[in-house]
Amino acid sequence: MKRSERWSNSLKQFIFTVRDPVLLVSILCVAVVVVMFIIIPMFTILKESVIGTGHFSLESYVKIFRSSFDLEIIWNTIKLGLTVSAIGTAVAFLFAYASVYLRIPNKKLFNILSILPMISPPFVISLAAILLFGRSGIISYGIFGVRNDIYGFWGLALTQVLSFFPIGYLMLTNLLQNIDPSIEEAAQALGSSQRKVFTSVTLPLMLPGIANAALLIFIQSLADFGNAIVIGGNFTTMAVQIYQQGIGSYDMVGATALAVILLLISILAFYLQNSVIGKRSYITVTGKAAKQRVLIADKKATIPVYIVCMMISLFVVGMYILVPYGSFVRLWGVDYSFTLRWIKYVLTIGRRYIMDSMTLSVIATPIASLLGIISAFLIVRKTFPGKRLLEASILMAIALPGTVLGLGYVYTYNTPPIILTGTAFILVAALVIRSMPVGTRSAIAALKQIDPSIEEAASICGASSKKVFSSVTVPLIRPVIFSSLVYAFIRGMTLVSTIIFLVSAKWQMLTVAIMNQVDQGLYGAANAYCLVLIALVGAVMAILSLLLKRLGININEGY
Amino acid sequence: MMKNTSAKEVTLVGLSKTFITSSRGEVRAVQHVDLTINPGDFVTLLGPSGCGKTTLLRMIAGFEMPTAGKILIDGEDVISKTPDKRDLGMVFQNYALFPHLNVFQNIAYGLKIKKLSQKEISERVLDGLKVVKMDDFAERVPAQLSGGQQQRVALVRALVMKPGVLLFDEPLSNLDAKLRIHMREEIRKIQKEFGITAVYVTHDQSEAMAMSDKVVILKDGIIQQVGTPQDVYQHPKNEFVANFIGKANILDGTILAKGEASTVVEIEGASFEIPMAVSWNKGERVRVVVRPEAVTMGRADIKAKLIKTVYMGVSQDYWLSLQGKEFEVSDYNPSAKQIYSGGQTVGIGFDGKSLHIIEPDDK
Repeated sequence: MKRSERWSNSLKQFIFTVRDPVLLVSILCVAVVVVMFIIIPMFTILKESVIGTGHFSLESYVKIFRSSFDLEIIWNTIKLGLTVSAIGTAVAFLFAYASVYLRIPNKKLFNILSILPMISPPFVISLAAILLFGRSGIISYGIFGVRNDIYGFWGLALTQVLSFFPIGYLMLTNLLQNIDPSIEEAAQALGSSQRKVFTSVTLPLMLPGIANAALLIFIQSLADFGNAIVIGGNFTTMAVQIYQQGIGSYDMVGATALAVILLLISILAFYLQNSVIGKRSYITVTGKAAKQRVLIADKKATIPVYIVCMMISLFVVGMYILVPYGSFVRLWGVDYSFTLRWIKYVLTIGRRYIMDSMTLSVIATPIASLLGIISAFLIVRKTFPGKRLLEASILMAIALPGTVLGLGYVYTYNTPPIILTGTAFILVAALVIRSMPVGTRSAIAALKQIDPSIEEAASICGASSKKVFSSVTVPLIRPVIFSSLVYAFIRGMTLVSTIIFLVSAKWQMLTVAIMNQVDQGLYGAANAYCLVLIALVGAVMAILSLLLKRLGININEGY
Repeated sequence: MMKNTSAKEVTLVGLSKTFITSSRGEVRAVQHVDLTINPGDFVTLLGPSGCGKTTLLRMIAGFEMPTAGKILIDGEDVISKTPDKRDLGMVFQNYALFPHLNVFQNIAYGLKIKKLSQKEISERVLDGLKVVKMDDFAERVPAQLSGGQQQRVALVRALVMKPGVLLFDEPLSNLDAKLRIHMREEIRKIQKEFGITAVYVTHDQSEAMAMSDKVVILKDGIIQQVGTPQDVYQHPKNEFVANFIGKANILDGTILAKGEASTVVEIEGASFEIPMAVSWNKGERVRVVVRPEAVTMGRADIKAKLIKTVYMGVSQDYWLSLQGKEFEVSDYNPSAKQIYSGGQTVGIGFDGKSLHIIEPDDK
């Protein structure tokens, strides 16, 4: 087929698709959001990094690779990422294996553990680590009497491992559950011992999954801003440096060049995770294995694993308890007497932060959820030009480090033609973009499970595409819609990295307030803010799940 | 339920569809299809998988865009209309019931969109369920129904809309063999009762034979033959059709004489008068279709070596070697007949009336 013919064909196809004006409008809506808040900001950063000085030059990149300071920061980030990824994956695998294969009690605790980091601001663990092991920490100073310096590489590595291993745990558990037990039974029937089955069957089967989890944790570590700024100390990572250069010292060109490098590393890791390793998986993720696995009860295996898992679990849970506890303590490290002073403080002076955070999150939540589902619907079910670019941009946004995105927004929307910085609009946009892509991804997965002929049947029965969407598609993916709502709200309440570039005198955010308190060493107020934040998120989740029960919707239900 | 008086005509004019795939490049799924489906007819699109029959149906439905050509429903070009505006009903291979709605709500779905009164909706739904004898199932959800029941509900869901044309996309292929035969009779009966125009896609030739007013045989997106079941079986146009509809032996022969309404063909030294006029001339080579059940064992017309034989109960099947190819014979009611065993040379014969001439290979 000739080129011109191809063009006229795809034009024809487009006109065919948008016979229905509703589809045209929704395609345009999603496209505008993606172009304005993902593609243009990234492009601006790239452009600024090469022509920021007025004419095209790679000077800013040369500078970075000449400066030992910048090189050290890049190396720091990668070193930290590799360390956290290695330890985090090992811990995640231990937990996942224990949960799926071993006969041990208190497995429910693992699941609580995996949810905690998701519903709390990204630096709760760092805050708790400071309270435990910092200069006035109850363990370091209170018990051992040392003025310990937790700030730095190992402090940050510890907090990142504890923050990110649960994601790997969830992923690996899911994969392990999908290994058909009969494969391992076959190995046993052929004469393998339990240990041999593990090393010769289970582990090789899991390798792609483990690599996948490792990359996922690596990406999280790269992008992590909250922990890095709170506990990093003199150990600077790229995410922090981009912020400090972009906002603090106003070396914008340098910041953009650094952002581009961070972006490239993240996208490379994301690409590896999704294309190279993702496709080599031996385990199909569709549906659970039909057979029940016979759990390993050998005490020599279960007892040590149980002890290690319990210690880590209790440690993490302890950290989460420490923060609320700290909000009722007069002065950490000095005076542990009970006080309501910090709570009062955050409920009076801090009220506007709480209100702003709530308002913006409540606005962003339905928008993010709806956009996520509509974009997934368009990607899975419809054909239109530019669809692949749209899909790639949205999915890539999952791997976008928050600081890079924030810097992009500052750059793009600080100057005419469109000035948005400081407005609620750009904050909402940031919250939407930070949660929509995950919603899109899970909705894509859910939609692929649903036979398209069900929607076609509705359409043949006389339903317009709007009606098909609202009366068939939406009810069928209800669980995904509710989980994306919950996710978007939590994300909105807990986000720091992107919005720290965008807050203004007019619009503030709770997480930024917490960070400022930590920065000034006012741990009591920081703890109290965290408590309020966790309480709010918890309350909203409880209300939502109550609502779901009332409506008779099981969030895990699938058709 | 009332008889549907609004059955519509479907006309396809030069309809083509080319897919562009990443793995196989351009795929011409449907090529220049011209076809008229009369109101109230049951027309089957029959062909092996990948022949374009489903694509053709989906273009009529409005799910796929034709690359070229026209689709007229009662003379009106519907290409620019979305599926919901084409006055069609459709029954899908995998039933496609709405899993979140019960049987009643499934059937009422389209009626509600039409904004009919509650009373009329419930009347139509319950009447429809009576037609398929499922009036007790209104409150069930699809997951609680068997495959056959689900397909009945899907059929009723389409019927209650009284569509101008009813489309079927291999509706019975997920059911077991016995149920399939039962359901095809049921569908045909209901279609006749309602006088509805039906376009039915299947790869099962016995289904097509049993149900259709007209069979359309497709291969590689091209129509091979359109005709009644008798037509396509007795007078297949080419070797593909002959082989696809039932079993066929193809023998080479030479035209000895041509008449107004019959042709004499010589095959392996024996001559047969075949009751059909042909365009080829005396002395030209032609190919003749011989159905396995049209062969009589033990006649002396043609001699052939018997390779093997299998007892099938209803018939004794023989495989002979003739003209360098396998030649299959089905001898029905074998208990009343002589059984030949493999290895010997046997005589076979057939009646010219049951033979059919097709175009030679190179045409």
